[in-house]
Amino acid sequence: MYGSIRHHIRIRRSADDVWALVGDPARLHTWFPGIVDCTVDGTTRVITTGVGLPMPERIVMNDGSQRRFQYEITAPMFRTHRGTIDVIELDPDECLVVYSTDCEPRAMALVIGGGTAGALDELKRQMEA
Amino acid sequence: MGRKILFITTDQQRYDTLGCNGGTIARTPVVDALAAEGVRYDRAHPQSVVCMPSRSTMLTGQHVSTHGVWMNGVPLPEDAPSVAEVLHDAGYRTAIIGKPHFEPFLDPFARFAENGFARNGTFGPHRGFEHFESATHGAAGPLHYARWLASTHPEAVGMFYPVLDGLLEVNAMGGGDTGAPQAWRNEIPREWYHTDWVADRTIAWLDSLPAGDDWFCWMSFPDPHHPWDPPASEIGRIDWHDVPLPAGYIDDATERERVLDGKPRHYRAWYEGTLVSNYEAPLAWAPKTMTADQVREITALNAVEVELIDEAIGRVLAAIRARGWDDDVDIVFTTDHGELGGDFGLMFKGPYHVDGLMRLPLIWRPAPSSGIAPAAVGRPVGHLDLAPTFCAIAGLPVPEWMEGTPLPVDDADADARGFERVLTEWDSDLFGVDVHLRTITRDGWVCTTYLPGHSHDGTEGELYDLANDPLQRENRWDDPSLTALRSDLLADLWDHQPPMRSPLPKVHAPV
Repeated sequence: MYGSIRHHIRIRRSADDVWALVGDPARLHTWFPGIVDCTVDGTTRVITTGVGLPMPERIVMNDGSQRRFQYEITAPMFRTHRGTIDVIELDPDECLVVYSTDCEPRAMALVIGGGTAGALDELKRQMEA
Repeated sequence: MGRKILFITTDQQRYDTLGCNGGTIARTPVVDALAAEGVRYDRAHPQSVVCMPSRSTMLTGQHVSTHGVWMNGVPLPEDAPSVAEVLHDAGYRTAIIGKPHFEPFLDPFARFAENGFARNGTFGPHRGFEHFESATHGAAGPLHYARWLASTHPEAVGMFYPVLDGLLEVNAMGGGDTGAPQAWRNEIPREWYHTDWVADRTIAWLDSLPAGDDWFCWMSFPDPHHPWDPPASEIGRIDWHDVPLPAGYIDDATERERVLDGKPRHYRAWYEGTLVSNYEAPLAWAPKTMTADQVREITALNAVEVELIDEAIGRVLAAIRARGWDDDVDIVFTTDHGELGGDFGLMFKGPYHVDGLMRLPLIWRPAPSSGIAPAAVGRPVGHLDLAPTFCAIAGLPVPEWMEGTPLPVDDADADARGFERVLTEWDSDLFGVDVHLRTITRDGWVCTTYLPGHSHDGTEGELYDLANDPLQRENRWDDPSLTALRSDLLADLWDHQPPMRSPLPKVHAPV
């Protein structure tokens, strides 16, 4: 069964500034609590979670003009997964970041989605510091 | 030297599983003796009928809407107040041993402190507990019991029933003799099972304390929550073939479905398997498929687990007596919520505010040195009264942030101090299926109103007469003769129900 979770947060910082971090796939572990390492090789990214679990990912889209980043976790525990991060300009000094998790099994959407909620909080903290 | 506090909780235990509450299947002489020597509460309700919100209420003394753990998977904020912290600050030694569950178990990102201690080989401190030693329903997860079993008896790890299936849903796989969901033959030796481990670790912690210390120890058994997989060596205690069907089970399917149809529509929808509104029941199982023999077998296995807990408590009490502490130890026994247990043909738990889930065993054996006389209390009390009670036992003022009142010692005391009502709330939102209940229990009535959600338009409700319909078969919400009563109960409910914390805390995991 399929699950879809979406979180969002408003950040008082320009969309370009936020995108500079979010759009860099090798820096995910700097703003996603619980991801302790991150390596990128072409369109393949491997993250390591706080429990030492490596999870391979495929980068699907890294579109600076739309400020949209999409990736898929390809670990066997997922039948399907698609993560989408959108950075949307609200005004020159404020943006909205939307982090969506669509996956099967649905319970993993809650688990990964919980992580993304924490990531958005940390992103805001860093960008507004 | 003051009074010490042993706080014993179980998980998902029905009121009627104890001998002192009329139970006839499990033998519970230890807890029955505590009830005989102390205060037995006949109408104790949780503020939520699932684990994380309910346990958060026990720790904070707050309504669910106030502490904000509105469904399983919502972590209790790190800075939430804690009665353990109050007691520790007053000089008490503090420990929680067993199932905590203030934070989600499913935690691959290792974001929650509760799951980090076993991984790191440490034991707290956390939330006011200087010693934090954790266990849950099996050998999985980042908890001390699982690590201990894996390191000392790795051959036993795979003996437990897998609580979750390969899709991380609550497992529907049947077992036992009848194919009942979550029934299982567990070949683990009794002394390795988590019930005895919790008692062993509690005794070890108590033995580590100097005789003169005051202490607060929360001993938290994971059973008799499903899976029903007690050690196989023990299941011969109770032959399920001889177990009577629970009073709340309706053997005739036509009558059972008539009763369900008198309740809000999500009852029948779940029964039929067309709607599973919450994570806590197996997604791939429909209660309609449950046979009477499966109910009997689950009841028997549940009773075996209750007996093992009773015996484990007896060992801990013997250790306390051996230390010479008994005269100054208050013992409080309860559970976080109940179990449907076959009532109306249903099993497990969910958004159903009926006695199977809401009426709890609660016993307070005051320290004999306190001079409090044995009593039975019929007035409604709640979990949010526990933390204030611990403060009162310790001789401390009840902090303003606690929303309960120290438990009454008898009905006269309850009347004098205004124990008129108890509230219970439910909120869940699982992939677009949201359910919201607010319940008041007062004057022998249970009244639940449904807020608008996936399956309800905000007009539905339940109203039960506890004296004349103790099995809650006839929903009188729409009875015109009770319109004034219903209105009065709802007005009282909204007068006392705190608003939900804002912003609404986020769900971080299914459980």
